[in-house]
Parts: sequence; structure tokens; C-alpha cells
Amino acid sequence: MTARETHTRNHEIPPKASIRLGSTLDEEVFGEAFNGRVIGRFLAYVAAYKSLLAVAISAVIVFTISSIAMPLIVKNVYDDALDLSSPSRSKLATMILIFLVAVGFNFIANYFQELIVGRVAERILVDMRRAMYEHLQRISLSFMDKTEIGKLMSRLQGDVGALQEFLQTAVFAIGDMVLLVGIIAAMIWLDWRLGLMTLAVLPILLIIRIIWLPYARKSFLRARVTSSIVSGALAENINGIRAVQGLSREYVNFDLFDIRATDNLNAAKRASKFGVMMLPIVDTLTGSAMAIVVIVGGFFVLGGTIEVGVMVAFVLFVQRFFDPIRALTMHYNVLQRAMASGERIFEVIDVPVDIEDKPNAIDPQEIDGSIKFENVTFGYLPNQPILKNINFEVKPGETVALVGPTGSGKTSTTALAHRFYDIWEGSVKIGGYDVRDMTQKSLGRHVSMVLQEPFLFSGTIFENIKYAKDEATREDIVAAAQAVGAHEFIMKLPDGYETELEQRGGNLSLGQRQLISFARAIVADAKILVLDEATASIDSYTEMLIQQALQRLMEGRTGMVIAHRLATIRGADRIIVLQDGEIIEMGNHDELIALGGLYFRLYSMNYASFDDIPDELIQQATQAAQDSST
Amino acid sequence: MRITRMALQYRKRLIVGIIAIFLASGFQLAIPILIGSAVDAAIGLDGGTVDLPNGTVMRAIDSATNVFGEGNNPPKTALIIIAVFLFIASVGRGMSAMFQNYMGESIGQHIGYDLRMLYFEKLQRLSFSYHAGVHTGDLITRGILDVEGVRMFVQTALLRSVFLVVLIGTGMYLMLSQDLTLGLISLSFVPFVAWRATATNLKLRENWYALQDRLSALTKVMDENLGGIRVVRAFSSQNHEMKKFDVSSNEALALANTQVGIRAKNISLMGLAFMISMAAVLWVGGQRVIDGELRPGELTQFIAFMSILLEPVRQIGMMVNGYARGSATGGRLFSVLDLDPTIQNKPDAKDLEITNGTLEFHNVSFGYEEEHTLNGVSFKAEPGHTVGIVGPPGSGKSTIAHLVPRFYDPGEGFITIDGQDLRDVTIESLRKAVGVVEQDTFLFTASVEHNVAYGDPWAPDDRVTAATKYAQLGDYIERLPGGYDTLVGERGVSLSGGQRQRLSIARSIMLKPYIIIFDDSTAAIDAATEQRIRAALTDLTKDRATIIISHRLSSLMHADEILFIEAGKIVERGTHAELLANGGHYSDLYELQIRPSDDSRRKHDEGGLSQ
Ligand SMILES: Nc1ncnc2c1ncn2[C@@H]1O[C@H](COP(=O)(O)OP(=O)(O)OP(=O)(O)O)[C@@H](O)[C@H]1O
Ligand SMILES: Nc1ncnc2c1ncn2[C@@H]1O[C@H](COP(=O)(O)OP(=O)(O)OP(=O)(O)O)[C@@H](O)[C@H]1O
Ligand SMILES: [Mg+2]
Ligand SMILES: [Mg+2]
Repeated sequence: MTARETHTRNHEIPPKASIRLGSTLDEEVFGEAFNGRVIGRFLAYVAAYKSLLAVAISAVIVFTISSIAMPLIVKNVYDDALDLSSPSRSKLATMILIFLVAVGFNFIANYFQELIVGRVAERILVDMRRAMYEHLQRISLSFMDKTEIGKLMSRLQGDVGALQEFLQTAVFAIGDMVLLVGIIAAMIWLDWRLGLMTLAVLPILLIIRIIWLPYARKSFLRARVTSSIVSGALAENINGIRAVQGLSREYVNFDLFDIRATDNLNAAKRASKFGVMMLPIVDTLTGSAMAIVVIVGGFFVLGGTIEVGVMVAFVLFVQRFFDPIRALTMHYNVLQRAMASGERIFEVIDVPVDIEDKPNAIDPQEIDGSIKFENVTFGYLPNQPILKNINFEVKPGETVALVGPTGSGKTSTTALAHRFYDIWEGSVKIGGYDVRDMTQKSLGRHVSMVLQEPFLFSGTIFENIKYAKDEATREDIVAAAQAVGAHEFIMKLPDGYETELEQRGGNLSLGQRQLISFARAIVADAKILVLDEATASIDSYTEMLIQQALQRLMEGRTGMVIAHRLATIRGADRIIVLQDGEIIEMGNHDELIALGGLYFRLYSMNYASFDDIPDELIQQATQAAQDSST
Repeated sequence: MRITRMALQYRKRLIVGIIAIFLASGFQLAIPILIGSAVDAAIGLDGGTVDLPNGTVMRAIDSATNVFGEGNNPPKTALIIIAVFLFIASVGRGMSAMFQNYMGESIGQHIGYDLRMLYFEKLQRLSFSYHAGVHTGDLITRGILDVEGVRMFVQTALLRSVFLVVLIGTGMYLMLSQDLTLGLISLSFVPFVAWRATATNLKLRENWYALQDRLSALTKVMDENLGGIRVVRAFSSQNHEMKKFDVSSNEALALANTQVGIRAKNISLMGLAFMISMAAVLWVGGQRVIDGELRPGELTQFIAFMSILLEPVRQIGMMVNGYARGSATGGRLFSVLDLDPTIQNKPDAKDLEITNGTLEFHNVSFGYEEEHTLNGVSFKAEPGHTVGIVGPPGSGKSTIAHLVPRFYDPGEGFITIDGQDLRDVTIESLRKAVGVVEQDTFLFTASVEHNVAYGDPWAPDDRVTAATKYAQLGDYIERLPGGYDTLVGERGVSLSGGQRQRLSIARSIMLKPYIIIFDDSTAAIDAATEQRIRAALTDLTKDRATIIISHRLSSLMHADEILFIEAGKIVERGTHAELLANGGHYSDLYELQIRPSDDSRRKHDEGGLSQ
């Protein structure tokens, strides 16, 4: 029973759903005809294992030679030992001994070629995956924002896997090459006329190849791309399964997935066709070459131009000659497929890193914890500034609060303090240093963040709170958990701190996750603490407890706090009110209340409800705010 | 194996493939024979030669040549005829090899497709309780790498194994019927190869299982790293992450190396066994030739037969690996495909009939694991009424929300809508009637419009725009350069927290469900915007039951009933005024949020000092 039979596709593609997923790695644009650079770059990875590969290639050569030698020895058994006129047991014994020696060599060489090539292949795969992964660690967030993880994963896994197939057959390809070169040499040496005639088919093969290549390459790439689309769709459906089931999208998604999978199936079959197409072509050429040798060689023999032995040897060689060519054709397909994958891998490695440490970037051990934004203008998309001419300063030890309607740019402001993105104009200074002059590592050490979306890793709660702070002790971790009021619930869990978290902390409630992510930021023990809605999913009572603990924790540290529940930020030294990316009010709570602007209105609404405040007033509140900002 | 059974569906392709295999090997066999006759023709000989001995088949072809070249039998004619035959045989071999390979690959691809679809369908139907316990990275690996493993197995091993069995069988038969002793000696490698094949198959299979597991673990590491990229950046923990990667990656590498080792040992040992028995045949046969018991031609024939087996023996070594991988990956896939969703329609489930739209919890208890998360929860939400739920983190508020669309089933007690037990109605009709705005928003990589219309991709434009207007997102979207076509990054990364939540509200209310649950879905939205959303929604909620879960009391103070949940129990309930009068937890919270200035500020400071 196939999946198709369980539901038949009953819908058209719905108007408000798409087959393609968007991505910055443009899946539709294929690279130019043949990318010789891919091979070159690939070889750079191979070159790291030069000496091992030298051993492997020697093994391949020994293997090939001994494989050729064995039939020759058998032939000698006949010629010498079993010659009917003078059969000789001792000669037979010697021959067999020689045969066994060849067998021994063959065995050892076979073992080592398989072993070394196999292992080197695995290592190269690991190296390439690692290179890609390491690069992804540095690629700027603006790229990652637009790229689906599923697609990256398909490159990290699928394409690397496709290379594996190639590397594993590579050993045979090397053997075949060795064989081919040997045979060509032998043929020319035996009789250059016949030799050249046989080789005459090679240019034809080459021409066909050249015509075939762009089409084949395109089809191979298309197969990889569609497969990546399928993987992406699968990944997204798995990740968003709650939304899918909650909104009953199962059937629609099944149909959409079917379309993608069918696309992939067709592309893969098409690529297969291109692959196997070469087989009859090569064989037709083989046939022609053999026919030429048989006719011309035969006539030569009949005419006495060459000896029978040469012809026999030739015919045997011709046959052998095309075996490696046939085999190489198959390898070549694998190679082409691997090239398509290789290209996709290098595409990732080539994504430019926008945000890089300057060569002479500084890494101050201690900073004073001040933050200064000077005329900062920034946006995610060109010509669409999100933050406009932002100026503010936070003195060491101060706590500032960022307040404003949703989408006003609060999170973006904090992101800039950590140089997640580079600003367009102005400067952001941390402890007096421009963030662009500091290493990103030192920024990580001096600025710790509780992000708006609490992301936890799978692993134990302990590991999550500790995260990258290797030197944190158990006491530090428990103290941090206590400070944020997480200790209590952690201890109630069956395994306490050793409780394994599911993916993204799925077996905790959102509030609990937020507490853990808060604790993680505290353990990081940085001079500047950024809290982006760190208590949005936490009740006011727990929040109050956290605030009490924070008072002590924040001593000597600078705080940057975002909250919509204004009760959270009343105590801040300064409150910055943002709207549409501009600072419209700044001051402490009492000053802003006295000012009677947006802050005052937002604040009043916090404890009122829509029944108390008529709609007009709300309208008025925001309208007024808008007026004051312009 | 089940994979084989799946392959049998593609009978036509299989048959064509198998015929092609036989043709290919026939042509392959004919070529050396033809070459042999060419040599003979060139020398001017005809008939069987010593050099290229191959009994019957060859002689038949030779005689065919003779027939064509009958009469004066000029060698030149014979040569040309042979050349033509050679050409035909080559082309034939190429064509049949093409078919064989193509059939193998296409069956593999079709099975890959089938498995993918089955897998996808199953995953979509498996319940939350399953999905909560497995890592998506693990599921994705199965969907990508394991399907690939099975596909490769089908593609390379399945057809070929048919061929090998036939070939080896024929070879064995030929040799044994020729000379029993010599035949037995020449086949002495077979038991060894068979033993190695089974032994390594087991070992490899185990290793593949382990390897596939490690690869899953590696996927998890990479997937989480990319998913949590902001955390990684915020803590500048690239080194830490690279370490995690290296640990996983090296574990996988070690297993891969073991696997290469087993394979190399296996393949080379099999070859060795084969060649040693060849040597034995040479030795024993040679003796007998010397003793005059055997003609040299007969021995040659033996050797020739044996060489037919050389390639298959080599391939067995590789196939064992493919087989082991296929069964390991297939096993992993089928273990998911065989699961039954815990939440399923009852056989006699009927569609939910909404007469009124009243949701009622009857003494519901529930636990994700043994421990109870909810304990005896009862409440009723009537159309036009709002139930508010508050409580500390982890008290079970979201759990209540999850029970309504039957993401989980209650352990004890039951839930009804208009008197119908949720377990008796079809899941599809239930989920259409109930809209949950999840606390943890998930948006898809698609345009704003597609995201809003996610639940009903056929919805007309005006419904989509109306929903976004309700959620106070319309103005924002219209100001975007791409408008409704603007792409929302994965999980909505290119939106602010509040925009994400509003999009998710729009997505749910677009479906106009009878019962709406807002699970803390305005936490990232400022009070002013929230007020406007609520004002807009009054119109929609006036004849629907609404449940609002929130930490912000202003969001729910006007609910008809407010439940205060603690550790899975309703500890306080009543209207805002009643609860305040009670002076319990609720009124404490209220104090804290509402009376900002002096009182709580003072309390707060005292708390701070007492630390
Ligand atoms: N990665 C991104 N790519 C493109 N646009 C973005 C990105 N992140 C945010 N934006 C846009 O920038 C604006 C400001 O977003 P930001 O996250 O800073 O808002 P916010 O003040 O934190 O809002 P909230 O209170 O809702 O979290 C929003 O209009 C948002 O859509
Ligand atoms: N998938 C799960 N597996 C196991 N335990 C879970 C799972 N989801 C939640 N829990 C546990 O159940 C309890 C209730 O969680 P729930 O999400 O209902 O809390 P909540 O009241 O919504 O909290 P919050 O205010 O933080 O959102 C918590 O202790 C949590 O750890
Ligand atoms: Mg934000
Ligand atoms: Mg919750």
C-alpha cells in the first residue's frame, strides 16, 4: 500500500500556499556550465591526506598489477608446467607458489586500498562538513535570518552524503585510471598503428561528453535541488507540527509535499536517464573499436604485417581497454553528481561573512560597562531604516529601560549593542570601545543577553544554565537558578538539575524556559546584562522575586531592560521610549509620568482595561504620541 | 524484508530490469568468445581452440561463423562477420546495461518516494505526545538519510542480488557437473564466503544502526545550533558549539571507520578465499593433468568457470554492506511507520455538532508523565463569555489549552463541547471548531498572506486582510514594501516578538472558530495595542466562548470567570471583584501590578534589603 492510496490527491494547489520556500541560496539559479574550481577546491581537502593517499595509491597500483599478473601466471602454468611434452611437478609447485605470492600481494593491497581510501574518504567528509559548519558559525545573522535551517541541513547532510558515494568509488576509479594508462602504453608499444586506430574513438567519446555535460549537470543539480526542497519541506513540517495539526493543515500539506516529492522523483529519474545514457554510447564505441581491430588487425595478420601474437594481445587489450572506460563512465556520473553536491557545499562556504573581527580587533579583559549609541541609523533591508538617529548613553552601573509599542525597534537596539548586525551610520560603543573594533568573542564575554525568545538546547537543565561558561561551578548555577526563582521548580522535577530537556526545552512551560534562559545569562557573569522581555511569560509575583534578587546581582553591572509590563521597569534609572525607531521620550519614571506623553498613556493602560478606557482614548493616545514624535 | 515487498510493486520495472541483466551478461559472455574466434579466423583456424576454451557456447558461435563463411571460408569474410557480431554484441550489452541500471535506479527512486510519502503522512498524524519526546533532528535524519539508505539498497543491491544468485548457481552447477572433486575444491571458498557474509552482515548492521544513531545525534547538534543561532551569537559560544560538533562528529567518524575496517577486511578476505581455492584447483588439477587423468583443456575450462565467479564474489562483499545499511535504515524507518497515533478518531466517531458552543471541563486530570500536571479541573465556558486563567509558570495553564483541541487526552475526567465528549468526535471537526493561539508561536517560511491563511489556504483576500486588521497588524503590513507578499523568515525571525504574536492571532481568528483560546498571546504586545486588539475582537467574541490565559491582569480582569491555577489545581475562582474581595493570590497579584507606586515598591525594597 502506498501513501498515495491512503489519500488520493483531491485538491488543486490552494491559492494561498506555495510550493517553493524562499531562500537566499537561490535554488532556481544553477551555476554556469562546468565549475572547474569545484574540483580544484575539492582537491584542496584531499591534499590534506597526501601521504596516506600516496600509500593508498601504491596499494591500488599493486592491486591492479597483481590482478593483471594472476592470469598471466595461470597462462605460464600451462606453458611451462603442463606442457604435454614435458610436464613437471616441481615447476607446477613453483608456479603455484608464485601464484600464491601474487595472491598474497593482491590480498594485502586490496585490504589497504579499501581501508585507507575508505577512511580518508570519511575524514574528508568530516572535514568538509566541519568547514561548512564552522563557516555557518560566522556568517552574519542577516543571512541566517533569510535561510531555512532545513535547507542548510540538507547541504550539511544530503550533499555531504552524496560526496561519500563518490569518494567510496574513487578508489576503483584510481585503479581504472592506472589500468587505462598501462594499457594505452602497452598498445602503442605493441603496434602504434593499431594502437592509434583504437584510440581514435576516444575523441568521439570526448565530443559526446562535452555535448552531454551541460545537460547532465543541470539534471544532476536539479535532482539535488529538488531533494533539498523536499528535505526543507519535511523539516518545516516536523518543526511546525503543532501549528500544522492545530490548524488542520495535514491534508493540504500532504498534497503540497506530494508535489515536491514527485518533482524530486521526476528530477531524479531524469538525472538517472542522463547517467545511464552514456552506457550504450560507450559500448557502441567499444564495439566499433573492437571491430576495427578485428578487421584491420586480422587483415594485417593475414597479410603478414604483424604476428598473430600481437593481434591476440591486442584483442585482449582492447577488451580490457574499454572495461576501465566503461567503469570510468559510471564513476564519472557519480563524479558529476558529487560535483553538483560539491558546488552546493562550496556555495555555503562562500557566503561572505559581513561581520568579521578587524585584524587588530581588541579584546579588553575588563570594561566599565557603559553603553553609548551615537547617531545610530540601522535597518534590515536597504533603504528601510528601522532605527533612526538613535542617541543615548548608559553610564556604568546604570539600568536603562527601553519601552515602546511593538515593532518600535527595541529588540533591534539590543541586537546592535552586541553587533549582531552592523549599523549604517553612527557608532555603538561598549565600555568606550566601538563594537566594530572589538572581537566578537569579547562582546560575548562582556554583554550577556536574555533573548526575547527563550531558546534552550537539548541536554540537562544544568548544562543549559551553564552553557558556554565552562568555569562555572555547581554553586554558581544553583545560585543563578535561585536568583530567578527557578530552583524551586527544578528541584521538584524527578531528576532535578539533571533533568533532560527535550528539544527547545519542550517539556517545560514557556515561563519555566524563560527562567532557565534568564539563569543562563546570569551565569555568564557579564558586565552588561540585556533583558529582552525576560519576564514576559512570568507572573508578577515571581517577577517581583526576581527583581529583588536582581538588585543585588546588578550591583556594578549595567542593565538594558525591555518590558511591556511597565511595572517591571519602573525602577530603572532611565527610561527610553521608542516609537517607529525614534526616541521620543527619555527620563526616569516620575519625569515621564509628569511629561504626560506616550509613556504616561501606556502606563495608565497597563492597569486599565478597554472597558475603562474608551476606544477614542486609545486612538487619542497613540495619535498624540505620533504627533509628538513628528 | 519489507523493502523487498515494496519493490515487488514495481513488477514491470523489475522484470524489465532482470531481463536486461540476463541480456547484458549474455552479451558480456559473447564478447570474449567472439574475440577468440576472431583470433582463430585471423590465424586461419576454425573450430575450438586451446587458448580460448569455452565449450558449447563458443563452439556454437564458431559454427555460426562457419555457416556464414561457408564455401571457400575466406578468413577475411569471417573477420568482417565477426566484427559485425562484435559490434552488435557491444551495442546490445550497452543497451541492456542501460536498462538494467535505469530500472534499478528508478525502482529505488520510486521506493524512496513511497517511503517519503508514507513517512510524511505518518509524522503528520502522530500525536503531540510522540513529537514532544523525539528530536526533530532525529526525525529529519530518518526522513533524509534513512530513506536514502533504503533507496541505495534497492537501487544497487536488489536487482543485482537476483543476478548474482543466478550466476553463482549456474557456475556451481557447471563446475560440479563437470568434475565432482575438482568442482568441490573450486567451490571450497563458498562456505567461507557465506560465513563471512552472514557474520559481517550482522556486525555491519549493528554498526550501521549505531552509526545512523550517531548521525542523528550530530544532526541534532547542528540543527539546534542553527535554530539557536542567536543564543550562540549572544554568548559568543562558537568554540563551545564547535566542541559539541566535534564530539558528535568524531563519534560518528569512529563508527564510520569501524565500518570501513569491517568492510575492507571482509572484501579482501573473500577475495583471498576465492583465489586460494583457485590455487588449489590449479594444484590438484595440475597434478591430475600431469598424471594424465585430466586433459589440460578441461582444467582450463574450470579456471574459466571460476573466473566468471570472481566478479560476483567481489560484489557480494559490497552488497553485504548495502544490505546491512538497507536493513538498519529500513528498520529505523519502519519503527516510525509502524507507530499508531495515540490520538485517533474512534471507529464510530461523528463530526462535532455545534449547537451552542459551550466548552466544559469535567473534573479533568492529566499528566505528561506519571505525575499529575492537572488535578480535577472543572469549568465551563459559554458562548459570549470569557474565562480568564492566571497562575505561576508551570502551573498547567497551557496544558488546559492543549487538551481542548485534543493534542492530548485527559487521564481522568472528560471534556465536552455542547455535551459531546471530545473523544467521540472526529479530530478534524473538533480542530475546526476550536482555535488555539499558542503561547509559543510558530510561523512558516512563507509570505505574510500565506501564513495568515495557513488554516484555510482558500480563504478570500478580504478575510485575510480582515483578520490582520483585527489583530492590529494590517497597517504594519500595508506599510511593508512587499505588503502581504513579504516573506516571513523561518519561525518569523524577521518580525518583532509582538508582530509574531499578532500574526499568530490573525491566523487563528481568520478561521472564526467557535471556541477561541488565547494562550498568553499578548505577552509581547504593548498594552495600547492589546487594548485595540481586544476592542476589535469584542465583535467577534460576543457569540463565542473565549479563554484568555495571561499574566497581565488587565487582559482578563473583565472575564466572566477567572481561574487561578496553582500546581494543576484551581485554587481560586470568581469574577475580578469577587477575587479581590477574597484577598487571596489573585488580589496579591493585582496589588503588585496595579498599585505600582508606593506600596509594592516599598515591599519590593524591603525584599531587596532582606536578601
Ligand atoms: N531580522 C529581521 N529582518 C527584517 N526585519 C526585521 C528583523 N527583525 C526585526 N525586523 C523589523 O524591525 C522592526 C523592529 O523590530 P524589533 O524586533 O526591534 O521590535 P521590538 O521593539 O522589539 O518589538 P516587540 O515589542 O514586538 O518585540 C519590526 O518592524 C520588524 O518587523
Ligand atoms: N511535553 C511535556 N512533557 C512533560 N512535561 C511537560 C510538558 N509540557 C509541560 N510540561 C510540564 O507540565 C507543567 C505545566 O506546564 P504548562 O505548560 O501547562 O504550564 P503553564 O501554566 O502554561 O506555564 P507558563 O505560564 O510558564 O506558560 C510544567 O511543570 C511543565 O514542566
Ligand atoms: Mg522585541
Ligand atoms: Mg504556558
